[in-house]
Amino acid sequence: MEYEIIVVGGGHAGCEASLAAARKNHKTLLITSNLQNIADMPCNPSIGGPAKGIVVREIDALGGEMGKNADKSLLQAKMLNTKKGPAVQALRFQIDKITYPKEMLKTLTKEKNLTLKEAMVEKLLIKNNKIEGVELATGEKIYAQAVILTTGTYLRSVVLAGSTKKASGPHGEKESKYLSTHLKELGFKILRLKTGTPPRIAKETIDYSETLLEAGATEPLSFSFDNKIYYDVNKQIPCHLIYTTPQTHQIIKDHLKESSMYGGYVEGVGPRYCPSIEDKVVRFSDKERHQLFLEPESIFYDDIYIQGFSTSMPHNIQEEMVHSLPGLHKAKILKYAYAIEYDAIDSKQLKNTLETKIIENLYTAGQINGTSGYEEAAGQGLIAGINAALKLEKKEPLILKRNEAYIGVLIDDLVTKGVKDPYRLLTSRAEYRLLLRHDNADLRLREYGYKIGLISKEKYQEFTKKKQEINNLFNLLKTTKITPKKEINSYLEKINTTTIKDGISLYDLLKRPEVSINHLENFISLPYSKEVKQQVTINAKYEGYIKKASKEAEKMLTLEEKIIPATLNYQLVPNLASEARQKLSEIKPTTLGQASRISGVNPADISILMVYLRRLNKDE
Amino acid sequence: MTDTIVAISTALGVGAISIVRLSGKEAINIVNKIFKGKDLTKVNTHTINYGYIIDENEEIVDEVLVSVMKSPKTFTTEDIVEINCHGGIIATNKVLEICLNNGARLAEAGEFTKRAFLNGRIDLTESEAVMDIIESKSEESRKLAISQLKGNLYNLIESFRTKLLNLISSIAVNIDYPEYYDIEVITLEKLTKELKKLQLELKNLIKESENTKLLKTGIKTVIVGKPNVGKSSILNTLLHEDKAIVTDIAGTTRDIVEGEILLDGILLNIIDTAGIRSTQDIVEKLGVDKSLTLINDADLVIVVLNGHEKLSSEDKEILEKTKDKLRVIVVNKSDLDQNIELEELPTTILCNTTTKEGLSPLKEKIKELFNLEKIATKDYTYLSNTRQISLAKQAYKSLLSAVEATANKEHIDLIEIDLRECFDILGEIIGITYSDEVIDNLFKNFCVGK
Repeated sequence: MEYEIIVVGGGHAGCEASLAAARKNHKTLLITSNLQNIADMPCNPSIGGPAKGIVVREIDALGGEMGKNADKSLLQAKMLNTKKGPAVQALRFQIDKITYPKEMLKTLTKEKNLTLKEAMVEKLLIKNNKIEGVELATGEKIYAQAVILTTGTYLRSVVLAGSTKKASGPHGEKESKYLSTHLKELGFKILRLKTGTPPRIAKETIDYSETLLEAGATEPLSFSFDNKIYYDVNKQIPCHLIYTTPQTHQIIKDHLKESSMYGGYVEGVGPRYCPSIEDKVVRFSDKERHQLFLEPESIFYDDIYIQGFSTSMPHNIQEEMVHSLPGLHKAKILKYAYAIEYDAIDSKQLKNTLETKIIENLYTAGQINGTSGYEEAAGQGLIAGINAALKLEKKEPLILKRNEAYIGVLIDDLVTKGVKDPYRLLTSRAEYRLLLRHDNADLRLREYGYKIGLISKEKYQEFTKKKQEINNLFNLLKTTKITPKKEINSYLEKINTTTIKDGISLYDLLKRPEVSINHLENFISLPYSKEVKQQVTINAKYEGYIKKASKEAEKMLTLEEKIIPATLNYQLVPNLASEARQKLSEIKPTTLGQASRISGVNPADISILMVYLRRLNKDE
Repeated sequence: MTDTIVAISTALGVGAISIVRLSGKEAINIVNKIFKGKDLTKVNTHTINYGYIIDENEEIVDEVLVSVMKSPKTFTTEDIVEINCHGGIIATNKVLEICLNNGARLAEAGEFTKRAFLNGRIDLTESEAVMDIIESKSEESRKLAISQLKGNLYNLIESFRTKLLNLISSIAVNIDYPEYYDIEVITLEKLTKELKKLQLELKNLIKESENTKLLKTGIKTVIVGKPNVGKSSILNTLLHEDKAIVTDIAGTTRDIVEGEILLDGILLNIIDTAGIRSTQDIVEKLGVDKSLTLINDADLVIVVLNGHEKLSSEDKEILEKTKDKLRVIVVNKSDLDQNIELEELPTTILCNTTTKEGLSPLKEKIKELFNLEKIATKDYTYLSNTRQISLAKQAYKSLLSAVEATANKEHIDLIEIDLRECFDILGEIIGITYSDEVIDNLFKNFCVGK
């Protein structure tokens, strides 16, 4: 049996990659070590959050699955940062850990070009630095034109709690023993990373009277732009908030050396943004308490996830720690916390299409690239799937720019800077975040999704209609003027805004912070959807900032348009600082823009490079 | 950059020793050809060698000390030879000429520094400081340039950036971790307070820097007033008082520097034109436009009034036109009956040029206006060239728009965009462009994570 594209690993990256490839009409095979584990959520029971939630919207705009699947699996929804500007508002769902994988498996199974197979891949088949297929643990060889590795934390993974150390994937799954050694032999630089997860406790053993309720949003929300089916807001499952106690901190301090991390049993580098509770207590010793959320994992079973309490302490100490928490004095631990170490490749060895530089038609996505988080994985998976397919179709790859998508920021960071600790997306990583909003992901990316072939004609027409309506409403508000008539000014007074002396367009009126678009309906009928009105409102109210961001982005794009030939020999460029020479040779940036973002490459080096390229072009 | 460059690297005519400096692959060979003494190709690096420079007829041109510094531990990272000449301008020029005849090329202005910079030897602020040493005129500005070389400017900008960074990180953590209830929420009130401090600090930095810049280039000073109020006598008295050199060298393309006055080490360039002097009347003869240009370009305007007379309409016009400028109002002829109504005027200085009375308060006033006492005694860390100052002004503009946005009760994440811009521009001054500082700082200072 032959395939065009093989995806190795059935996590969030693998699901998106295989769906994208199959939906683009390529015969695709998804290989996973356990079919029951497809789209598993081994850590927190939630999807979204600042930056990450916007990635989910972007995936949806491009035609990926994560947003739709999250909408089907919701326990509780929250819009975050509602008191801040539109650029940083983000959606987060608590997700049912049973429903999400189940629904995803359903979608995968239904996909006609996609075959699922349970197996362990141990080797890549390569000829002349080009991928040919994979070899399974059974010795079976499967051939394909492109292979996408989305192996998550399974490469040579080791699970740790205290001094115990066991070769294993997340919650007892089989690890991949040989693949990373094989990758190393092929010339990939292997990093050792670490992450961790907190304990799960039995719901009925919690005394909720000692906790604070965290309710969900009161209006229905969805990740997908296409979703019109809303859930019952009154039936959301709440989360609860508690704080660590002085006793908890004392236990941790007394037993610090027994944790895997402080006992010296961990080689991998852990994520800075995701410190274990012992890390928090040590590094922020002046803090009297740390907050923890009790989050339900599913309506089908009783596990409650203690968010903020990840640890690598031995089991008996974990018991003591959990029991020192308010409401959890008698809590029963169902699953102990653990740290997990795994291999990842150096993402600087990737092109910005996510194809590896060493082996043609081999792509990698997700945690194997040193990222963390379901959303970051899914975003990469989608792009790897799309680009693997586009390359087989001999078409231009999809490379999202930093001013187009968080996914673009993510991939550019990975291939330009590499990672030292597991990479998480943050709003601070995006320079043009005012352009990369939750609300406009479709406006930014749906066009690409349609061109690539992942958005149906019907959905695309809906989208163009929405765009047209936004335009219409814009023009309507800009051309409709009100004059200082008595009844108009008395209405303005009523809505607490200053009265007018001259004529003013409704658009300019909308710019006033206290005026909402609904107020304008007093003057003119506005038969437009909520989404259309929102776009026009945001553009009116934040016009100055948006323009500034666009201008900055344009500045960046001029450097981005200066292409550096892939064959450029940096040894021949005179006067480059030696650090710059070494970094540039290693990363081989494709544009001057990318070169300027490499640490250790100074503005002087960029000027020298620019002059050199100009001279090179002249000679030709 | 494969050829060898040469230049006289000390100011001509000043000091007893002049240095002719060469940089490049052939530097040692070239000098060796024209040097009578040790074989310079065989001496150790960083040695000083005594001998003579000889011309094509083997005649001695000058008695010299030759410093040989071999690549890469030199200023330009290339081979450098410095010839210390003792024989004055003519001999030094002759040495230069012989170097040129033997294969060196005359360096362009600042080319040594450019090479040092391009060879990765120095960073942007350092190279600018070196340029300034070359260009510096007075002792004050030389000190300024030297302290900048040591990285004081870097530290100064960096310490301001750190404060900004902490503020940005606190906002960033509020955005990326909205549900961390224990993390301090950055309110507009808190932001207003912090921004006020930062604004003042940056404003002072720019102002002092601009004043400092004046130390090097001199303070462009215009003396205005009606005919016969005593402008020339004030000028002449100032000139004589300070034994200043009166020259007729052109300053910039537009200005004619009438005279340079060293006021306790501070250079005043008195701007005047023959035309204005002969007509004796700016406002009438040259028209408002021309006089406005002169006044606008000036760093300092000295308005001279006649204390013996009442304020005329011309006086009033001059006062009006100069009201936004840094100015000193001098009421001259204080020895005669005073008919002028002083209460109509802002702070004035009474002055009688015939007895030299009032001149020292005038000097004190000028020093006070430019904060020169402070600059002169402080440790000389200011932005000192146009590029740096203009970047700092851009940064200040971003900071101002953050202040405005705060006053308009904008969302903190929007305000952060302005702050980030300010932060990035300041980074540009010291050569940092793209960095992960905010993220690093965020995780260092805040306890967040799942």
